[in-house]
Order: sequence, then C-alpha cells, then structure tokens
Amino acid sequence: MPLAFRDLHWSNDIKIKEYLQPKRAAEAVEMLEKYKGNAKVIAGGTDIIPELRSRKLEIDALVDITGIPGMNEIHETDGTISLGGAVTHAQVASSRLIRQKAGLLADGAGWVGSPQIRNVATPAGNLVSAQPAADTSIPLLALDARVVVTSADGERVVPLTEFFFDKGVTAVDPTKEIITRIEFQGLGDNEGGCYLRLSKRRALTLPILVCAVKVRVSQDRKTIESAALALGPVAPTPFREIHTEAILRGTPVDRETIEKAMASASAQCSPRDSLLRGSCEYRQEMTKVFVKRGLKAALEQAGCPIE
Amino acid sequence: MSMAKLSFKLNGKSLTVTIPVETLLVDLLREEFGLTGTKVGCREGECGVCTVLLDGTPVNSCLLPAFKVQGKEVVTIEGLEKDDGALDVLQQAFMAEGAAQCGFCTPGMILNAKALLDRNSNPTEDEIRHALSGVLCRCTGYRKIIEAVKTAARVKQDQN
Repeated sequence: MPLAFRDLHWSNDIKIKEYLQPKRAAEAVEMLEKYKGNAKVIAGGTDIIPELRSRKLEIDALVDITGIPGMNEIHETDGTISLGGAVTHAQVASSRLIRQKAGLLADGAGWVGSPQIRNVATPAGNLVSAQPAADTSIPLLALDARVVVTSADGERVVPLTEFFFDKGVTAVDPTKEIITRIEFQGLGDNEGGCYLRLSKRRALTLPILVCAVKVRVSQDRKTIESAALALGPVAPTPFREIHTEAILRGTPVDRETIEKAMASASAQCSPRDSLLRGSCEYRQEMTKVFVKRGLKAALEQAGCPIE
Repeated sequence: MSMAKLSFKLNGKSLTVTIPVETLLVDLLREEFGLTGTKVGCREGECGVCTVLLDGTPVNSCLLPAFKVQGKEVVTIEGLEKDDGALDVLQQAFMAEGAAQCGFCTPGMILNAKALLDRNSNPTEDEIRHALSGVLCRCTGYRKIIEAVKTAARVKQDQN
C-alpha cells in the first residue's frame, strides 16, 4: 500500500497517554493542572481529533467534560439562558426555549457541519476553536453572550466581545480552563434577531458569509434603541461591527436607516479574495444584502415591519 | 501504549475490552470486532460513511474516541440484521429500490435513515434529505436512496 495513502486513511495514529473522564468540574480542572499544559479539554472532539491526527496538536491527555452532571443542560433563570459547556449543536437547534427566545442561535446551530457532527459538537467548542466562520459563535456574539470559565484559579466570566483574539486564539486556554456554561439574555418583546448564511450547499459546507443581527426598538416601535451586528468569515475572527451599530443606535426605524447601515457595514469589512469563498468585492456586496435582509427580519420580529 | 478497560453494548451484546486509550471507535469496530460494514472514507467527518448509532443517535465513528461509548449502546449496520437473519425494513427497501450503486455509503445512509424513522415515522422528502445530508454518495445516486427511505417509511407504517 502506498505510504501516503496509509498515512492518510489507515494509520491509527493518535498518540495520547490518558483519556480522562471526570465526573466533576473541579476534578477536570485538577487533571488539567496535573498535566501542566499537556492536556486539553475535549467535548465533541470534531475539531480536536483531526488536529491530533494531523499532528497540528500534540498533547499527553484529553479531559472529556461531557460526563460531568449538568454540563449538557439548557435552562433559563430570570430571563438568562444558560447552555452547559457540553450542550451539543443538535440540542440547541431543537430546543424549544432557544427557538423561541434566541431563534438566531438555533438557526446557526442547525447549520454546523452535518447531523452526525451536530450530535456531538458543541457551541462551547465552536467558541474555543475560534474559526472565522463559526456558525454558533457569530449569533452568540450578536446576543451579547458571555462564557463562565472554571480553572484552578476559580471562576471568571468573559464577555464574547472580549473573547476572540485571533484565528484559533481566544481568552480561554483549553489546557487550563473549562467553559462550564454560556449565558445570554433571551430576546424580549421589543427585540428581534436574525441569522443569515451564504454557502454553496445546504450541508457540510463552510459559509461564504454569515450575518447575525439583534435589535431592540423603543416601546412605540419607532426608534432603534440598540443593534448588534456580528459578521464572519470576513476577518480573522468573528466580530461585532461596532461602527454600524453606532450608526443604528437611536435612529428611526425606516429605509434610510437600513441603507446607511448597509453602506457602513460593507465599508468596514475587508475579506480576503478567496477561491473558496469568493472575491473581496463579492463578499462586500453580499454584506450589504445580508445587513439589509437581517435588519429587516430582526425589526419585523421586534414588531416593526418595513415595507 | 496505555491500555484501559472499556465496557459498552454493541449490537445488543454487553462486552468489555482492554484497548489503547487513544483508539477511535471506527478502528475498534473494524479491527477488534471485524465489523467492516462501518466504512472509512475521509477520516475527518466529511463523508459520513463511518456513521454508527450511539444510544440511537447517528455519529461519525471516525471522530469519536472509543472511550466516549463507555456504558453506552452502539449499533452498527450489522446490528440491523435480526437474529433469524432477516434484514431490516430499510435494508430491504434499499435492495428493492436499487438504492446502492457501489454500496460504500449505504451503511451510513441506512443508519442515518433509521435514526430518522425511529423518531419520525412519516417524514417529508425535505426531512429525509436533511437527515441524510451528512453522508456523501460518491456515485451521486441520491434519488434512489431517498426513494428507498420513503418506501421503508411506508412499509413500516403498513406493518403497524
């Protein structure tokens, strides 16, 4: 058998010394600490296993957090929705609570990979992998979500607006820390959200463009009180388009506002020319289209349809 | 190489094996148990031919550390055959409709379809396509595969 073929397909070549399955978060943290950076958290494993196979990642142990009680629960307390660190995309996509109160996140989760991948992969892993096209990270960013992180130093909370540093690099170190939950506020009566995705196929495909929008309007439904606009993969990390958000804040709900936002968002994003994902110009044009559609849909959900 | 003990249920039988800790489920099934109905295609979660059911849910066994099935139940394509040798409704429908060309994706297609029919006895074509979207047919014979799942759903309903 040719060597290249065997290397690619048949060698059972993941090298680790221990596969650890803690039953408590504190125990998981101790395990990570013991390995001093040579162990890493695994949830679904759909990113980490290919990395281990390709030797992009070399570590001694995996700490599987999916067996920790409570880690795979979704619940709501006083309007705050909490996703455990091991909650899967399939759970998010099919959760009645998420569909009702954060439809943009349920939609994003439904686009990740394939059914088999969604059955094991997690939004927490999607955040830590920090790919620019991350389908659940982008709506979570628009929802002003925060992550609750546990380590040997205790617990800390990181808002997603301070989370992404670079492609694959975040504020959370999975060789030391565990995302125990993701928290955000569900959408209220005068709020609306939308998730849009441009891709060549409807399954197993990375997006050309993803746009997630959340808006809050005034009680009289005439003014945009605040807007959140998250985009990807048009920069090294998912990001909030704060210039456009500032333009939208306090403006009347009308067509002119939407046109201003379209021009602003398109000017602010500078995607690379990509054979896989289209030219910079194309994606800038599509950013305009998605900002328009996304804002209109989110405003309609908030009770402000625009003709 | 560190070894550890793994206990789980495979195609209805409880068993315990001692295996290297880094073993992936697909290799355990194929190499240790000779269950080669679970195929290896891309080994990176793109093609879906390694699909097995884990507690009834389809997962890619090429991306799954074997120790993730500790205490759980795994069903492979071989597990669909009844004790008397009779095939599952889906397997029969795939044969009747000529839904296999090279046959390489067939186990993945059938197991994803089984998970769908187990929770939804009367799926729409869109639901079938969605449920099968994580398996690639390299012969591009999707039409017959979808027909076979529809046929299986009808037969199952008639049986009930």
